[in-house]
Amino acid sequence: MVKFKKIASALVLSGCLFAAQGFAAGGGAHLDPANIDLDNIASLQRGARNFMNYCSGCHSAQYVRFNTIGRDLELSEEQLMDNLMFNADKTFETIRAAMPAEEAARWYGKAPPDLSLIARAKGVDYVYNFLRGFYVAPESPTGVDNLVLAGTSMPHVLWELQGYQSAYFDHDENEDGSVTTTFARFEHLAEGSMDAEQFDDFVRDTVNFLAYISEPIRSERRAIGVWVLMFLIFFLILVIQLKKQIWKDVE
Amino acid sequence: MARTESETGKSGGGFISWIDERFPLTKTMEHHVTKYYASKNFNWWYVFGVLAFVVLAIQLLTGIFLTMNYKPAAASAFASVEYIMRDVEWGWLIRYMHSTGASFFFVVVYLHMFRAMMYGSYKKPRELIWIIGMLIFLVLMAEAFAGYLLPWGQMSYWGAQVIISLFGAIPVVGDALVEIIRGDYSISDITLNRFFALHVILLPLILIALVFVHIVALHEVGSNNPDGIEIKKNKDASGKPIDGVAFHPYHTSKDMIAIVIFLMIFSAVVFFAPEMGGMFLEHANFEPANMTATPEHIAPVWYFTPYYAILRAVPDKLLGFILFVIAVLLPAFLPWLDRCRVKSIRYRGWMYKTALTIFVITFLALLWLGLQPAEGLYVLMARIFAFLYFMFFLLMPWYTAKDKTKPVPDRVVYHG
Repeated sequence: MVKFKKIASALVLSGCLFAAQGFAAGGGAHLDPANIDLDNIASLQRGARNFMNYCSGCHSAQYVRFNTIGRDLELSEEQLMDNLMFNADKTFETIRAAMPAEEAARWYGKAPPDLSLIARAKGVDYVYNFLRGFYVAPESPTGVDNLVLAGTSMPHVLWELQGYQSAYFDHDENEDGSVTTTFARFEHLAEGSMDAEQFDDFVRDTVNFLAYISEPIRSERRAIGVWVLMFLIFFLILVIQLKKQIWKDVE
Repeated sequence: MARTESETGKSGGGFISWIDERFPLTKTMEHHVTKYYASKNFNWWYVFGVLAFVVLAIQLLTGIFLTMNYKPAAASAFASVEYIMRDVEWGWLIRYMHSTGASFFFVVVYLHMFRAMMYGSYKKPRELIWIIGMLIFLVLMAEAFAGYLLPWGQMSYWGAQVIISLFGAIPVVGDALVEIIRGDYSISDITLNRFFALHVILLPLILIALVFVHIVALHEVGSNNPDGIEIKKNKDASGKPIDGVAFHPYHTSKDMIAIVIFLMIFSAVVFFAPEMGGMFLEHANFEPANMTATPEHIAPVWYFTPYYAILRAVPDKLLGFILFVIAVLLPAFLPWLDRCRVKSIRYRGWMYKTALTIFVITFLALLWLGLQPAEGLYVLMARIFAFLYFMFFLLMPWYTAKDKTKPVPDRVVYHG
């Protein structure tokens, strides 16, 4: 059994190595944690509403079907039809953008990306900070730039809610004469309809929904996983007894 | 004992004997299963061969069902994977099992190889088993590499771009070779199609054939054991090795425990962390392949990174490629590099024990370094560890010959 412990510790060690790697991914800028809760159905429902109202005009979620959302977010067919399906007739349809992609590419220089997998590709913290990170930049065609994705062609869609803010940066001169620019703070220029806390919650719900649509099966997968592991533990006890029985005559 | 009746050949039932007269069914079963004797003192390091077989089975089975729904075309590959993940019944489970299986294949194979290095399983008379095993390892790498392109995500695309372009460093034929591999001037629909063909037909066929040969060779010579003693030297009157027990039911019942524990770890990943923090499924691979936008940080999947770190440690492209290839192939020469008279680490001296410990640290360090960006201190560390990697093999004839060994007992050590 001593050898077994050694193997186990080797596996745990390599596990830590993987985990440490996971944290390293994410890029340079500091990101506030999104603190989403995928088990919070009410938050996901609000997120779905936010997404359909503010995102789906330009962004599709081409792999996401309305009936999947209805099933997982506990929404009836009528609720789906009335509240979420603005440009779809059947619940098996996927989320299409209201705006034609070719037109969008012409208007913004780049077609707005499909958002089915954005939370998995970029991470929830990234999306959370991106949506909160627009600041006034007069030289930009949209009038705003973004702290997380500099030079983004996306306008500040949520300005009515958040208002406008400007960003202040610290410029530190290094020994070799080069200048390091670091973000210092945001300052509000114009109030929106929400205060900072309300807006953060709004974005959090939206990001929660984006995380959900990036892998709708997540909760079911974890629920099944518990049963699978419980079965395997039971089965392990059986096979250990079987082995003991078979090996008892070996000297 | 009812089992022994089949030995007489007449009481095995009419049907079995009918078969046995035409096909060596009973003979084969006995030779490989019920009368294949392996040492009774196997420890838990001896389960990784069976586990590799289990992972192979998982990959083949899930692979069949993935192939039923996957579309090998640049325009639809990415969407078809999401179709499997969302719309195909249990498709998500099959896909996660396959993607997790790929990583676990390497975990298990690396541990299996490490076992051989601890107990000298590659040494005479098992050199050929080791060589076949190395061929399996090479084909497995090719299989994993081809498979990784298929989801057609950003990392699939750019990872393949980086690795395939390595062949361009070969003088004269390099560029032509790269074109032949890709079938195009860049990685395209054509590349995806041929990688699909290799991944689902050619490479699995070779893999299965090699695994078959690996096991046939093993069962001819007999398994090594943690003491590195040939159990065939001590036989009883009936010709059965005294220290051996039959593969079935003894070792199979023990392997079952290992298989269930393995499945528990495997399931924990599949059901609770299928991305494994971006190690098994990389974040950038959830974006469709885009030949006009390079991901921020391109790194191969973790199981290639020890060799990738060596490649990047060398400033010269061709020399880096050569060292990369040598690093992969060097273990194949272990049977001849190792000059020690004893097989098992239990009876070797401090020199080999130290060297092997440093080697394990080196391998893990290179694995980690290959995942980091190639800059600053990382490059220096990669050079130091790459040097240590090669020294383990190149100095081996010297330190294994010089190492003081302990006397090897006549019989295996076994405490019930």
